[in-house]
Amino acid sequence: MINLLIEPLQFEFMQRSLIVAILVGLICAVVGSYLLVQRLALLGDAISHSVLPGLAIAYWAGINLFVGAFLSGMLGTTIIAWIRTKSPIKEDAAMGIVLSTFFAAGVTLITLIQKDNKIDLNHFLFGNILGVTWGDVRDTAIIAIIVILVVRLLYKELLFYTFDPEGAQVAGLPVNALNFGLMSLISLTVVASLKAVGVVLVLALLITPGATAYLLVNRLNRVMALGAGIGILSSISGMYLSYWVNVPSGPAIALVAAGFFTLAFLFSPQYGLLTQPRSAVR
Amino acid sequence: MTLSMPSLQATSAGLFRSAGAAACRAEGIAPIQVNHLDVFYRDLHALEDVSVAVKPGKLTGIVGPNGAGKSTLMKAMLGLIPAAQGEVSWGQTSLLAQRERLAYLPQRAQIDWRYPATAWDVVMMGRVRKAGWLRKFSATSKRAAEAALKRVGMEDFAHRPIGQLSGGQQQRIFLARALAQEADVLFLDEPLTGVDKRTEAVLFDILHELADEGKIVLAVHHDLGPTIKNFDEVILLNREVVASGVRDEVLQSEFMQQAYGGWATNWAAAAA
Repeated sequence: MINLLIEPLQFEFMQRSLIVAILVGLICAVVGSYLLVQRLALLGDAISHSVLPGLAIAYWAGINLFVGAFLSGMLGTTIIAWIRTKSPIKEDAAMGIVLSTFFAAGVTLITLIQKDNKIDLNHFLFGNILGVTWGDVRDTAIIAIIVILVVRLLYKELLFYTFDPEGAQVAGLPVNALNFGLMSLISLTVVASLKAVGVVLVLALLITPGATAYLLVNRLNRVMALGAGIGILSSISGMYLSYWVNVPSGPAIALVAAGFFTLAFLFSPQYGLLTQPRSAVR
Repeated sequence: MTLSMPSLQATSAGLFRSAGAAACRAEGIAPIQVNHLDVFYRDLHALEDVSVAVKPGKLTGIVGPNGAGKSTLMKAMLGLIPAAQGEVSWGQTSLLAQRERLAYLPQRAQIDWRYPATAWDVVMMGRVRKAGWLRKFSATSKRAAEAALKRVGMEDFAHRPIGQLSGGQQQRIFLARALAQEADVLFLDEPLTGVDKRTEAVLFDILHELADEGKIVLAVHHDLGPTIKNFDEVILLNREVVASGVRDEVLQSEFMQQAYGGWATNWAAAAA
């Protein structure tokens, strides 16, 4: 049993990808909690799909992939907000349109350039633990530090804004700037997660661990902390699963996270399907 | 329709209120002046040339039929809805330039009550601006929040998740948030929706206290029943100001008929 855990660690690529997985499991749960409490889970999906064209263009142009993906993600968010405010189209439809369009553009671009560049579309879509370099570890660590620092420093403002945006605006908080900051954090987090889980399944790490924690604790900081724990555990387990069973890391991580959610869904003391007190049924 | 307004405004300048002391203490705070406010929802003209003053030291209610634009007026004053024309001034400058002095209790339906926060978390939101960026809450802030919780009778519920409180308790927590904010202007959008009698009593007690301290208290009020008696002043709205000023003057049948049509005559008689 111990051997199952130790053996993969002989390989440097596995050490690198585990470090990335831990960081990503942590920050995804933290920023994902904000999506969860604002009922904007689908926005996480839209942003993650929006990064794909930027990734392709950055690869083709030879600039830092993280920068290209981040700019592309922010462009996607901006267009969603633009469609929503300038037309009668509601947010969910705007997200659907942007998500599918950016994803289609990304797949097209990557297909066009992959012959000449020895890259694989599947790695972008589902993650590729083998491809994690020390440079990626460094970039992911920098992003993780930025994300954690910003959330810590703006915790009370973001709590107020995500709970009661109008009350926060009336009290004089710069709600547009806070919203932009939050979207930037989510884009950064998605970008950091690409190698580990890929574009399609980032949502699993953004939403599922936070949702699991939401069933177990009652305060945002605890949802974040417990969610981060669950996210890290899911990432690590998924990585090992990926190593031993030879499946892409993204789906493995997503399935483990779903397993934790199922347990909480069934057995949460407060809301569990099988364990909740009758009076708490809502 | 608004021809009779000036006379009403004149009579309401403190003459009808026996508690003269309150008016004296109100000197520090200027009235809020709404000037020619127009609001559109796409093609719908939701508010038309609304000009009205909200005085300090009084409890003022915005009253009118469904769709009259009561919440719209409040939100436009607060900058939550853009106004096509007009301005809202307070003292030397605009109301929105002095946001740190404003507190707002939104309609209950606008809040997600399953949000993972405790009553304490919500009350502390009232201290976010005072605490300042990148800082933790000070001991002063914590004391202000404790005092606010006590004032609304919710000190024993500080650590409860908001989702586990009753509607009235939730409203009292929001009131405590506004108190903790130590604002000079308090806007409430239908504060009585879904609350119990106890909360109603606590709410009006505190609103009257705030008014007596010389603050500006404005509430959208849905109900023409006995609770309207709690207001000193009324703004009667139906997309435009039908009348405004001292409650009993505004609620006379002539204005009520203009605002509500014929059926409201009896209500007005009962209320006045």
